Amino acid sequence: MADPEVREQAHPTADVYLRVAAVLVILTVLEVGVFYVPAFHPVLVPVLLALSAIKFTLVVMFYMHLKADSKFFTFLFGAPLLLAVGVMVALMFLFYGTLTLRGAAGAG
Amino acid sequence: MTHAAPAAVHHTSMGLDSRKMAFWAFIGSECLLFGSLISTYLIYKGKSVVGPYPHEILNIPFTSVSTFDLLMSSLMMVLALAAVQRGDMKWGKIWLFSTALLGMVFIGGQVIEFTEFVHKGLTLQTNLFGCTFFVLTGTHGAHVTVGVLWLLTLWVRALQGKLGPGNAMTVEITGLYWHFVDVVWIVIFTVVYLIQ
Repeated sequence: MADPEVREQAHPTADVYLRVAAVLVILTVLEVGVFYVPAFHPVLVPVLLALSAIKFTLVVMFYMHLKADSKFFTFLFGAPLLLAVGVMVALMFLFYGTLTLRGAAGAG
Repeated sequence: MTHAAPAAVHHTSMGLDSRKMAFWAFIGSECLLFGSLISTYLIYKGKSVVGPYPHEILNIPFTSVSTFDLLMSSLMMVLALAAVQRGDMKWGKIWLFSTALLGMVFIGGQVIEFTEFVHKGLTLQTNLFGCTFFVLTGTHGAHVTVGVLWLLTLWVRALQGKLGPGNAMTVEITGLYWHFVDVVWIVIFTVVYLIQ
């Protein structure tokens, strides 16, 4: 088994932290910019969700050290996160989707 | 300066720090809490029968500054952890206090925002938007408040010389909480404020 101290302490350097912060700021500026540019409005939702997902991933991987830490921590965080996202998507389909049980029954 | 003796390290059978493992499990449970609150907001989105409506009341420039503030606080937090890990307690104290200060600025911004909304007629009871908005952002604000108190406690312990490289795991766990609060805000900023 690998030395746990080595496995848990291989954290990024301050230089990496600063670069990640710069990327996060740029992505936030892009998000707000996209919101105000009418040309982006047809694709506003997917673009904003993608930018948000990139920011989320950067913070979790570099600032929360999941990139360097044990994969078990990734599982402890990722499994409930996937469950939460799955529940959210299922609820969206249930309340806004066209393929509802009531709709299918009505069609039949 | 002498530092307090490092806290006893308890490793699990997997060779991982038990406190860190427990805290990641806690963060996992928090994902479900915020997932349910965000889902509730989305389900009732656009279903208010009376105003004020989101596009009439949300102040994007103001909230963008709050978002920038919270992102910078995350940077301060990792710099604090790096300083404590290398034993540089002077900068460790500076970064810890900076993180707490930026957290307080965020809370101050939220208080101003909530007050303005109430003056414009949006309360918990006004409509579905008000109810789901205040519960979601209020729960997040409560988490930020707990984080600020936690950070200030660490800062005071550092001032007393009771925090050193041997307690780096304590700072790291505090950081995990703080960064989680940050990633939740990343989602809220997009889902609530930008996607109207």
